[in-house]
Amino acid sequence: MTKTLKEIAGALQLTVSAREDLLPSRTVTGGYVGDLLSDVLAHARKGQVWVTLQTHANIVAVASTKEVCGIIVVNGRTPEAATLQKAEQEQIPILVSPLSSYEVVARLWELGVTNREGV
Amino acid sequence: MHIHSCLSPCAELEMSPRNIVSEAKRKGLQMIGICDHNSAENVPAFEKNAAGEGITVIGGMEVTTREEVHILALFGNHENLFSLQKIVHESLHGTNDEKLYGEQVIVDEEENVLGFSDKLLIGATDITIERLVDLIHERDGLAIASHVDREGFGIIGQLGFIPEDLPLDALELADPTKRDSIPQARCLPFITSSDAHKLEDVGKRSTKFWMETADTAEMRRCFSGMEGRRVRI
Repeated sequence: MTKTLKEIAGALQLTVSAREDLLPSRTVTGGYVGDLLSDVLAHARKGQVWVTLQTHANIVAVASTKEVCGIIVVNGRTPEAATLQKAEQEQIPILVSPLSSYEVVARLWELGVTNREGV
Repeated sequence: MHIHSCLSPCAELEMSPRNIVSEAKRKGLQMIGICDHNSAENVPAFEKNAAGEGITVIGGMEVTTREEVHILALFGNHENLFSLQKIVHESLHGTNDEKLYGEQVIVDEEENVLGFSDKLLIGATDITIERLVDLIHERDGLAIASHVDREGFGIIGQLGFIPEDLPLDALELADPTKRDSIPQARCLPFITSSDAHKLEDVGKRSTKFWMETADTAEMRRCFSGMEGRRVRI
């Protein structure tokens, strides 16, 4: 029951901050949550959606390196201008939710975005 | 370059200016940087204690950025130091709970308690790391990334790597033997310091500067290796 980022953005009422054009083609294969970018570099996997409260431009580099399908920024934080500019270049969709990481992840799981094949 | 006083909630109460200056003298330090979390209110008391003791005090702060990265901000004069402190305090939200985090004691040179800071000094400001480094440089200060070899609150732990265009002046190592294991250090100079929160740790680690005078302008020249000046950990 794979979902696209577009479906997720609609279901979670996310605000799109960068690369809205890519949402329909991005398939979400799972998720990762983390604010220590060193940890995300070590553990996030390709195709996952990454949930974080960090808004620094380095999140785009990390997302690009790990080939995650997109970033959800939580707690209604505003990504910096440099972050959005890099996201445009690197083709990384950035979405913002007013909810906390806990609530975003819970809703993702309800939608069937789990890291378990076929669940 | 990185000593906490009793103003930092996580430091021991024994970290008074008088005790630290005499401990620094005993350990043979010639220059000490006082960097409490997000505040510099005890710096004047250090300067008065150190006068005539042959120790130079560099006034600073360890600022927590929006990304929860710790940056040492060191200044050559009070005007610049306290003008940054004003911005830091305006960008720092919440009130300290002494029971949970510890007391934040403001003292004078004779160890009289002048008051307690009620700011949540252990918290993070909402200043981005880029903006903070700019604010420090606009005030002629030095911006040094704290304990880059530690995951929590270190720039690499928090941000994955050191942003390429961030004009830091130096990187601080908690463990000087790790200097070769820092990825993308970008040829920035290293310092090491005690990050002392208790008296016995003062001088535990220190950095040697080959300089004409003990001040931040000379430190900057040491960092760029100008005219025979250098820095060694």
